[in-house]
Amino acid sequence: MPDSATLRLEAATPLFRGPNWDYTGLRRVYDAVERIALEELGLDVYPVQIEVITSEQMLDAYASVGLPLMYRHWSFGKRFAYHETLYRKGLQGLAYEIVINSNPCICYIMEENSMTMQTLVIAHAAFGHNHFFKNNYLFRQWTDAHGILDYLSFARDYVQKCEERHGVEAVERVLDAAHALKDHGVNRYAHRTKPNLAEERRRAEEWRAHAEATYNDLWRTVPGAAKDKEDQDSADARLQEIKRELGLPEENLLYLIEKRAPRLEDWQRELVRIVRLISQYFYPQKQTQMMNEGCATFVHYEIMRCLHDKGLITEGSMLEFLHSHSSVVFQPEFDDPRFNGLNPYALGFAMMRDIRRICEEPSEEDREWFPDIAGSGDGYGVLRHAWANYRDESFVLQYLSPEIIRRFRLFHVSDDSTKPALRVEAIHDELGYRKIRSALSRQYDLSRREPDIQVVDVDLRGDRCLILAHYAHNGVLLEEKTCRAVIRHAATLWGYSVKLLEIDAATDKTLKTYEVAPPG
Amino acid sequence: MNIVDRRPNPKGKSLSNRQRFLARARAEVKSAVQEALRKRKVADVDHGEKVAIPTRGIAEPIFHHNRRTGRTEHVVPGNKEYVRGDEIPRPTGGEGRGGSQGSPDGSGEDAFEFTLSKEEFLDMFFEDLELPDLVKKSLKETFAVDLQRAGYQVTGSPANLSIRRTMRNSMARRISLRRPKQWELEALREAIEDARARGADDEVERLLRELNRLEHRSKIIPYIDPLDVRYNRFERVPRPNTEAVMFCLMDVSGSMTEAMKDLAKRFFMLLHVFLIRRYRHVDIVFIRHTSTAEEVDEETFFYSRETGGTVVSTALEKMLEIARARYSTDRWNIYAAQASDGDNYGADSGRCVTLLGSEVLPLCQYFAYVEVGDGMGGSLTGLSRDSDLWRAYSEVAPAHPHFVMRRVNDPSQIFSVFHELFAKGGVRA
Repeated sequence: MPDSATLRLEAATPLFRGPNWDYTGLRRVYDAVERIALEELGLDVYPVQIEVITSEQMLDAYASVGLPLMYRHWSFGKRFAYHETLYRKGLQGLAYEIVINSNPCICYIMEENSMTMQTLVIAHAAFGHNHFFKNNYLFRQWTDAHGILDYLSFARDYVQKCEERHGVEAVERVLDAAHALKDHGVNRYAHRTKPNLAEERRRAEEWRAHAEATYNDLWRTVPGAAKDKEDQDSADARLQEIKRELGLPEENLLYLIEKRAPRLEDWQRELVRIVRLISQYFYPQKQTQMMNEGCATFVHYEIMRCLHDKGLITEGSMLEFLHSHSSVVFQPEFDDPRFNGLNPYALGFAMMRDIRRICEEPSEEDREWFPDIAGSGDGYGVLRHAWANYRDESFVLQYLSPEIIRRFRLFHVSDDSTKPALRVEAIHDELGYRKIRSALSRQYDLSRREPDIQVVDVDLRGDRCLILAHYAHNGVLLEEKTCRAVIRHAATLWGYSVKLLEIDAATDKTLKTYEVAPPG
Repeated sequence: MNIVDRRPNPKGKSLSNRQRFLARARAEVKSAVQEALRKRKVADVDHGEKVAIPTRGIAEPIFHHNRRTGRTEHVVPGNKEYVRGDEIPRPTGGEGRGGSQGSPDGSGEDAFEFTLSKEEFLDMFFEDLELPDLVKKSLKETFAVDLQRAGYQVTGSPANLSIRRTMRNSMARRISLRRPKQWELEALREAIEDARARGADDEVERLLRELNRLEHRSKIIPYIDPLDVRYNRFERVPRPNTEAVMFCLMDVSGSMTEAMKDLAKRFFMLLHVFLIRRYRHVDIVFIRHTSTAEEVDEETFFYSRETGGTVVSTALEKMLEIARARYSTDRWNIYAAQASDGDNYGADSGRCVTLLGSEVLPLCQYFAYVEVGDGMGGSLTGLSRDSDLWRAYSEVAPAHPHFVMRRVNDPSQIFSVFHELFAKGGVRA
């Protein structure tokens, strides 16, 4: 009929109707989303592989920290049990998607999702996260998206082989200990080269093939070797030399242990290395969580709106999407029982929308605060620049606007443990904006959030004790019980006793000392 | 873009991790399971269990800041009335103040809660429990023997002849050796008649030779050869005696308080779980008694009130009567548990001893006598005055290792008593 023909000219046919998804539908949606993502948002992504999984497989993926293959360890079973309980009780829904920073970029989508949710997931993960992974400088610098899957499968096989050869318990002991130190197994500065995981895998295999005898130069200075004065002097000089070689102080504990621990066997070193490299792989994600989620949320929001504007999704789908979206970006207030810190989705999304607004419809205030981008008109361009070159901490410091501070009604509280009450330092007013901005930025600074632990010395002459230091900023000490437990793990790896000094960062005074002898 | 359907991938990828986790948390899980059992109702005793275990053995420690030291700063949303310089009393607990970034890996101090499946739960519960010493029947003897078809054999009794298999062999042999078929012979004979009628002598001659050859052949190749004969073969398979009956005997006379009944109930409950774990089918018979005994349903057993004297032997008689009528010992494993406060009509105790020793115990796999106290002390020390029944039963106990007796005064003792009763290798009362 002529009527319907004219109607079709006005609005494109929706890509799908109803909740059920199918493969051709997914493909159609993917193509439409891709067109918008590449042409209108200007995203640059890895090729995508979408994998459909069940809810049980999703729980599996949760358990192995989101990675598709992981070596076996009881702690993953624990995580599985935990999530399963929450899920069964209905306290926690499952994520709609999990995305892996790999090339090709793998997106898991759940079979239970409706077609609308699959569209959202494709926009969110396959384009939002994917773009961030490919472009952000931290990921470019620290992770090897091409090699990760191969490396993981190597790691899994290697751990399994070790279990066969040395027993599950022996392997667990090393992995437990290495896991305890995994947050301190990352290089924070780029003085070592970016890992090439394919190379890594080859290296490990060669190493094993040769089974080369490890000769640890570190321990040539056995105690009591030097008797007379001259020897003593030269020995001292050598000692200094060795310490320089060790590169102390060293903040990458696992690196130092892997390279220098006197009593580890080759396979144990390799296990430590596996934990270290996987930890390094996750390091950028920890530093960019808010931006990463913000980027993905912003991208899916823009794409869904665009699809709706073009008539490619129905009103019903749009409502379903908005319902889900608004719960994702919901930010409970501090006195709400649901409050659990700032929601990275909410803050990231709000800041990115705000950047676009500043670029396209700036207010007087924005022109004053952001003279270089206000009114530039190219919101997407500015965002792409931010996504590529910032992490949470610097992003907040650069782009948190008074508008957002007011909207979230952010306030800054200081908590001095020696005083009975907390003090409000700044609120959303002229005097407070900058204070809040820099305080929030510090809050996102991983090097402040995680304890600052370094290897400061090794007692080469005496009992081979490894000496760690925790630099306490503002008098914040380590939690005692876990601290002792972690040091015990460190001692397991090191093979000799391990000492930890609590050192006040400002005054260099030692506040407290822990010492743990190695087990057995 | 590629779409891959991963749904058909093998399931249970996390299973081995889960098992490792459970093995590791075993000690904690076990004590949690026992704790959970104490609080439980009879009805749901064999369901899975949600257990919360302390994080000790399964902790994954990492270096943490101690939030109660030094000076920290927080930026939080949702300011309503605060202005700069306001003081806020320090919140108690973890609410509100940032930093509690959730600890999905359970690294917090809290107990770690998860759900055990029914199997996992009961395995934990019964891990070091074992069937009590079986006097009358050892574990092996509780197996009856079943015959089970198991292929064919070449010898056997005619009754077991497998005609189908025999005929199949025969046919195969006849085909492979080309035994002439009946219709071939018939056809040949007809052809001979034909030829004769036509007077073609040469052909008759030739066909006759052929017929002779074939007839000879069918004689030397028998229709059924002894080689073909097969007999059904049966194997004797031990069949576990999968049925058990549990007799619950309880004194419901006025002297039994609610608290005592509750104790008894818990004990019965544990015994029940224990049995359904071992046997495919478990019957429960509830027998209550005052000065007379009767069989009742569970509800009445535990909750109805009775008054009257106490004659224990009536219950034993009732049990014998029911066992003889319905539960023959070659099919049923009989377990019995008796709960009482120990009171008995003076002259009856002797009769109980005789009944128990000569008739009841030989029938049972296991007989447990639990004397419940009122929790007010009394027999707590075990040194106080023994009850009539206790004294009487003490005479029987030494001669019958599958008869055990224990005292329970408090719910928290139930488990340990039960555990003791069924401990590996049995106990001596």
